Amino acid sequence: MTALCGLAVLAAIVPLVSVLWLVVSNGAKGLSLDFFTQLPVPVGESGGGIGNAIVGTLYMVALACVMGLPLGIGAGVFLAERGDTRLGGVIRFTAEVLAGVPSIIVGIVAYGLLVAPFKHYSALAGAAALAFLMLPGLARATEEMVRLVPNGLREGSLALGLPAWKTTLRVIIPTARNGILTAVLLGVARAAGETAPLLFTSLGNPYWNFRPDQPTASLTVQIFTYATGPYEDWHQKAWTAALVLLMLVGATSLTARFLTRNRRARA
Amino acid sequence: MSDAPKVAAKGLNAFFGKTQALKDVNLDVPARAVLAVIGPSGCGKSTFVRCINRMHELTPGATTSGSILLDGGDIFAPDLDPVELRRRVGMVFQRPNPFPTLTIAENVAAGLALNGVPGPYQERVEKSLRQAALWEEVKDRLSASALSLSGGQQQRLCIARALAVEPEVLLMDEPASALDPIATARIEELIHELKERYTIVIVTHNMQQAARVADRTAFFYMGQLVECGPTEQIFTNPRESRTEDYVTGKFG
Repeated sequence: MTALCGLAVLAAIVPLVSVLWLVVSNGAKGLSLDFFTQLPVPVGESGGGIGNAIVGTLYMVALACVMGLPLGIGAGVFLAERGDTRLGGVIRFTAEVLAGVPSIIVGIVAYGLLVAPFKHYSALAGAAALAFLMLPGLARATEEMVRLVPNGLREGSLALGLPAWKTTLRVIIPTARNGILTAVLLGVARAAGETAPLLFTSLGNPYWNFRPDQPTASLTVQIFTYATGPYEDWHQKAWTAALVLLMLVGATSLTARFLTRNRRARA
Repeated sequence: MSDAPKVAAKGLNAFFGKTQALKDVNLDVPARAVLAVIGPSGCGKSTFVRCINRMHELTPGATTSGSILLDGGDIFAPDLDPVELRRRVGMVFQRPNPFPTLTIAENVAAGLALNGVPGPYQERVEKSLRQAALWEEVKDRLSASALSLSGGQQQRLCIARALAVEPEVLLMDEPASALDPIATARIEELIHELKERYTIVIVTHNMQQAARVADRTAFFYMGQLVECGPTEQIFTNPRESRTEDYVTGKFG
């Protein structure tokens, strides 16, 4: 029995370690300061970087947060506080269905709504698709974190003569703050790693871009482009970009984990 | 003790869904005195106090009928906002529930600050902490987290928090049941001091505690008020045999 368990653990760890090993060993040799700060160079020239893609990913994820966080957190808090109502049931069902929608389809919808009518690929369309993808997970995770707040705190606040909305806003949410932050970071990590919804919304851009209405480079699409290209140099860059993405997502997830641990330690 | 009761329950019924938790309770709570509510588990004593500040109805499916008069006015009147009522009728719970994200001082001031009462609150905070007999222990660390206090201190902090909004009635739902004997003794001492200004209703499992702190005692059994009278009479010479059985430890 122990041997079987050990085998199962091994089966889980081997793929993880091999992913890390492949990405690190292939990607590390391309790392340099230029890689983080420079624009891509034309094929054949040496050097260059993916600074625009790193910034593009951060920019679009930030935009996605602006759109998605208020809605996702709001829905989660509502589910936790009023989830037993009819509207709560509708929201929960919607979140469940949304969670099951493949990301490529979210991309197509964003294309249909935000790209085709304007005849323009844009950071905004990409960010909207990412926000859409973040929503259901964020709502459910927020709900769980808010539900963890002991009912005694809610009662204590109401018994002081505070209205229900103030109790939620000033007592419940601050108490669940770290948990909600964790949910946000996990949502961010997920959004930063998405490729499909960006392929035909933000497209890509060989230059720096900070305008929401312009095509924007992203790490994931850049990796896709480099990895599927015919050049040896591009393949190397794809590996290195993959390593950068992994570090970005990993750091976000680790921060989330750290926050969760802190919260548990305090409770 | 003035003649008109501070709180008067008239034909009060309380339900959880279809289950009736209180049956036709008629009970007067005199002003500036301590009323202890005793009875076995599930007898409705907690439900009774939770009706007085309308916390009962916050439980999904919970309803009431009949009336409770506070200074003669019905607290279930449709134009009365339960939020307003709860500022007049404070409550202390079984488990200390200080707000974990706030400091000691902020916890005491929470009912004022979050309700938009203009500050500064230092005086009210100090006064409330003194009333709750906690001031000397925390005066040098008012900006420490409320969670840094011991359980007994946290409970007194919750009492200070309830007092800071200056309620007229203070409901205490087994306030000492999660505390050790020393902390319990402090809370009981405190109740003695508080009854000079406040009307106190305390639910307790502990009959010695009821005998020590209460002027009057009400015995509940299976959702009904069996008997209510001066504490000494309830414990030494009860009218009802069920009361006698309970206070002498034959059941419960």
